[in-house]
Amino acid sequence: MYQLTRRGLLGSSALWLLLSSSAARAAVIRGGIPWKPGAGDPPEPVTPGGWKYFTPQEAKTVEAFVDRLIPADDLSPGGRECGCAVFIDRQLAGPYGDFGGYYLAGPFVKGTKQQGPQSPVTPAQHYRKALAALDGACRSKYGGKAFAELTDAQKDEVITGLENGSLKLDGADGQEFFKLILKNTQNGYLADPIYGGNKDMASWKMIGFPGAHYDYREWIDKHNQRVTMPAVGIANHPNWSQKS
Amino acid sequence: MRDAHGHFPTVTRALLLGAVFALWPLAAQAAGAIDKQDFNQIERGHYLAIAGDCAACHTLPGSGHDYAGGRVIETPFGHLVAPNITPDPTTGIGAWTDDEFVNALTKGTGRHGDRLYPAMPYTYYTKVTRDDALAIRAYLNTVPAVHHPVKSDQLPFPLDMRISMAAWDELFFKPGEFRPDPHKSAQWNRGAYLTEGLGHCGMCHTPKNFLGADDAGKTFQGYALQGWFAPDITNDPRRGVGSWSVDQIAAYLKNGQNGVTVGNGLMAETIHLSTSHLSDDDVKAIAVYLKDRPGDAGKQEAKAQPAVSNADQATMSAGAQIYADECSGCHAPDAKGVAGLFPSLHGTPFVQQTDPTNLIHVVLRGALGVATKAAPTAPEMPAFAWVLDDDQVATLLTYIRNSWGNAAPTVSADRVSKERAALTERSD
Amino acid sequence: MARKLPHKDVAIIGLGWTGSILANELTDAGLDVVAIERGPWRDTATDFAISYAQDELRYRIRHELFLRNSQMSVTFRNNAGQTALPVRTWGAFMLGNGVGGAGVHWNAETWRFLPTDFTLKSHLTQRYGANFLPADMTIQDWGITWNEIEPYYDEFEYLCGTSGQAGNLSGELQSGGNPFEGPRSRPYPTPPQKQGYGHTLFAQGAAKLGYKPFPQPSGNLSRAYTNPLGVTLAPCTYCGFCEWFGCANNSKATPQTTVLPALLRKTNFEARTECEVTRINLDNTGKRATGVTFVDSSGEEYEQPADIVLLCAFSLFNVQLLLLSGIGAAYDPATGQGQIGRNFTHQTMSSALGFFDKDKYNFNPFVASGAIGMIIDEFNGDNFDHGPVGFVGGGYIGQVQTNGRPIESTAVPPGTPAWGSKWKAAIKDNYLSTINSGGACHGSMYSYRDNYLSLDPTYKDRFGRPLVRITIDFHDNEIKMSNFLTDKYAEILQAMGAKQIVKKPRKAPYDVTQYQTSHLNGGAIMGDNPGNSAVNRYLQSWDVANLFVVGASAFPQNAGYNPTGTVGALAFWAADAIRSQYLKNPGPLVHA
Repeated sequence: MYQLTRRGLLGSSALWLLLSSSAARAAVIRGGIPWKPGAGDPPEPVTPGGWKYFTPQEAKTVEAFVDRLIPADDLSPGGRECGCAVFIDRQLAGPYGDFGGYYLAGPFVKGTKQQGPQSPVTPAQHYRKALAALDGACRSKYGGKAFAELTDAQKDEVITGLENGSLKLDGADGQEFFKLILKNTQNGYLADPIYGGNKDMASWKMIGFPGAHYDYREWIDKHNQRVTMPAVGIANHPNWSQKS
Repeated sequence: MRDAHGHFPTVTRALLLGAVFALWPLAAQAAGAIDKQDFNQIERGHYLAIAGDCAACHTLPGSGHDYAGGRVIETPFGHLVAPNITPDPTTGIGAWTDDEFVNALTKGTGRHGDRLYPAMPYTYYTKVTRDDALAIRAYLNTVPAVHHPVKSDQLPFPLDMRISMAAWDELFFKPGEFRPDPHKSAQWNRGAYLTEGLGHCGMCHTPKNFLGADDAGKTFQGYALQGWFAPDITNDPRRGVGSWSVDQIAAYLKNGQNGVTVGNGLMAETIHLSTSHLSDDDVKAIAVYLKDRPGDAGKQEAKAQPAVSNADQATMSAGAQIYADECSGCHAPDAKGVAGLFPSLHGTPFVQQTDPTNLIHVVLRGALGVATKAAPTAPEMPAFAWVLDDDQVATLLTYIRNSWGNAAPTVSADRVSKERAALTERSD
Repeated sequence: MARKLPHKDVAIIGLGWTGSILANELTDAGLDVVAIERGPWRDTATDFAISYAQDELRYRIRHELFLRNSQMSVTFRNNAGQTALPVRTWGAFMLGNGVGGAGVHWNAETWRFLPTDFTLKSHLTQRYGANFLPADMTIQDWGITWNEIEPYYDEFEYLCGTSGQAGNLSGELQSGGNPFEGPRSRPYPTPPQKQGYGHTLFAQGAAKLGYKPFPQPSGNLSRAYTNPLGVTLAPCTYCGFCEWFGCANNSKATPQTTVLPALLRKTNFEARTECEVTRINLDNTGKRATGVTFVDSSGEEYEQPADIVLLCAFSLFNVQLLLLSGIGAAYDPATGQGQIGRNFTHQTMSSALGFFDKDKYNFNPFVASGAIGMIIDEFNGDNFDHGPVGFVGGGYIGQVQTNGRPIESTAVPPGTPAWGSKWKAAIKDNYLSTINSGGACHGSMYSYRDNYLSLDPTYKDRFGRPLVRITIDFHDNEIKMSNFLTDKYAEILQAMGAKQIVKKPRKAPYDVTQYQTSHLNGGAIMGDNPGNSAVNRYLQSWDVANLFVVGASAFPQNAGYNPTGTVGALAFWAADAIRSQYLKNPGPLVHA
């Protein structure tokens, strides 16, 4: 009837982490390492499907845009298929889109180039404005067609115009927008697939980066030899499946 | 007397130990009363209270009140709460006579003859000599008295009727002081006295029968409790301490690490509160004794071969990939780990328990190694529950349990799934 | 109304490298110590676990382990003619936060400065004459010598288990090490790390040109090591996720892997995390600290009385707290008066891209550690004759590429389109065969009259206190030096067989958006009298005798090396002074 017992309920962490009895929320650490079983801070994997920030029209535009920045060819799938638009959407829907962690007190004053970005316009707001203005500019220039409806050559023309400043956007800085979307697209293409882009580690396989490994001791002395480890992502391990 | 960490310096401990050994034969003769002036007795009692790990139950962590009770003890039948054993006359044991104290410790009887639940390990402490019990009493008399009423008995009806313990005691409790074995060395006997008595190691490490008593034929062969499996500590070469030397066992108890593993899980607290404070001679004696405990010979032969058939080559190669990606960075490609930091998985008992609970537990939830004065690192293992599903955990563990000289039964995804669900319920 | 806490012997502001070392030393001396840290507790299994630490987007691009600018930032301008504006997100430097501080996510490049770096003003004046130095250069001697600090470099290296090859043992030159280093009393505690192909090729190229290359001293250990505190570290696995990242396998020397496990066991130590010290409190004479005031994460204010206060925050914040607490006089560049804020320096970094034939060279850039690399030191400090070149200072040059993380390491040759199929082809063709070592030329930055720290008049932190304002620009001396070093590096790339080299020397003006290490120094410099420094040779404040200000804030100027080795040595040096002198006789340790 009696079975073993052991002291329970207060976990071993209670020995180490004393929450002070006052109203303070400071953690007072004494006596040992404060650790809790199961503790961790893994990233939140992006689940594709639907848009969390972009409207359907915006999403169409961005997908078309990223597919020209990174076209499909025999080196890798295009930016859209790699998930770059999904990546950007999820980033904009999260803290990145909203200047999370930024110093946001005013006054907001434009400074020198060396003083860095001083605009209060968040990346999310920037995209919203610029994408609308972009479609507007395209309709003017290409007989009523939005960006996504243009031919590839026309899209490239537009992008080049943004890049060199010759194409102006109404109410937005075209060159700044180009820099932003290029950076975000390339980040999505090259980041871990957990964030929605770089589907199946396409870019990593293309360039020869084996991905999220941690132990390369076997390779440090193998100079000028191609590393044969399979490409893996943080939550992407095709090599784990039980196929003999 | 104590250093900045509250510990006795080594010299003092050596003197104490000398005193213990010197007095032991004498003490066995003297019927012994408590002499409040006898500093030696109090110091000896302090040491023995640590050996018996009284604080593990009777001190609420973080309360700052040693031995004042209040710590909840989890049993499958409900909760008990460890009572206040400070000298407070009303809420502690200050008003108890010495005989009442000794009887509680060694016979499982409460102050008015009522029976204790064997959550209080009297079935082990019965081996403690009267003299040692009185020394513990003498020490407890000197700890600060704390007025702290504790309602110990919180089991549901009808288990709260202690009279039912009479029948259980009749069947399973064998009272009696430890009798040294004349065919064994003094060191072995000391180890036996500590392990079977104050150490109450069998409380966790011996399997229980359906009535919750020790399964006498399987002493120290391991037992599952609170999300862990207290492993086999016989001399079994795969599952027990057979692959460890006497020095390695002693180092594990004293330092929390021994070059091939680091104490963690429930044992971390035992090392921290109890065994790391024992003398070098005492931990060695325990080690000598354990090396002399045979395991289950029948099981040994049956399980000697790896339980992986050719059809499971897929499991082995998938497991090797998981190991390379998630485990090798710490445990090393050859699974030998880093001495004092990351445990070896190379032919080790932790890996080869028949019951895979511990492996599942640390893979899903991570682990914190115990820190001791000699080995303060307290290495951490992260939690992999988020990235490994049940199938992957099972594949990985089957692979580990059958590589690098290990041979242990395969692990199924189902088993992992059950453990994952059970652990989710636990906060510790 | 601030709630008063029980007295402590020592209150330490910040629990990074210096706070951890000093806490450990002073608890050993029996003192009751509390460390107050603005950020959270950090530990390996929770915050940099092996299943997710290797995430370039999260930790490098979004710099998740770093101080959030919303919690605290700084303002910046190139000169006093401009209005300083907030650094709204990090660029030129990234500041650490939390227990372990920047010690968690540093590269672990563990250097000693040169002997002449400590007596720089005297040495350069003697060798080249006072007129050789620019008129507005304000370099100074440190007030300590190499012989005095050497044992403390040793102590820090043995705490960390630093992996390296000695070049000078007690005056005897050792082959394979740095022939220019100051004499060491004993070898490094562990042997040097292994080197990759690109690093090895650099050493061969450098040797061909007559230089003496040696492996960079590394706090990413070459083998398992147990330090004098009994804490064990593991061998580095060359994962390539070092700077900006926490180490998942205890192989990088950090406060967590070297000191904190031993420190946290002590009953006379406690840490309070997520608490920000808002000021150091003084008595009514203004000459004695009574303790500190801090605010917890729900805005409650506390007063922590203490007999000794150790200011162990990041260099910038050391200076900010001195200014906010009214300790010492704020520096005024117009008059040259006031010690707090002057002689602020950063680092003069430059590099060159080396593109190699992809069919012949595969560098596996992702197989690397934070402090891997082969180095030449011929052009550091005053290791060469500066007469012909017309500048002072220098830096080490090396192939120190620490990673192949794709977002950062997909450099393309000039003229490559920035997007499209050609861009893709270019990153594919060049990724494995490019030497892209951002820290290749690690130049010094000497101090100037108009580079300094002060309090911003406009922008405030979340408590309404002024942010610290950085006024800094490059001077001709450093630009000349950068061009020189970059050219030398390019010559070695040439000797290695590069088919195309793109030099990227540092250019003025100083740009707060371009990352150039987080080695910010000065503002509360050490010296031999209160007329030329904020703290004395033991890092004790001249103004408040029971206050010590520890960190790179003490550097009168920066040298051509990563600063952390020197920061660690100074922490041990100050701890020793407190234990062996101050505790016996509290009061000013230097009478000048």
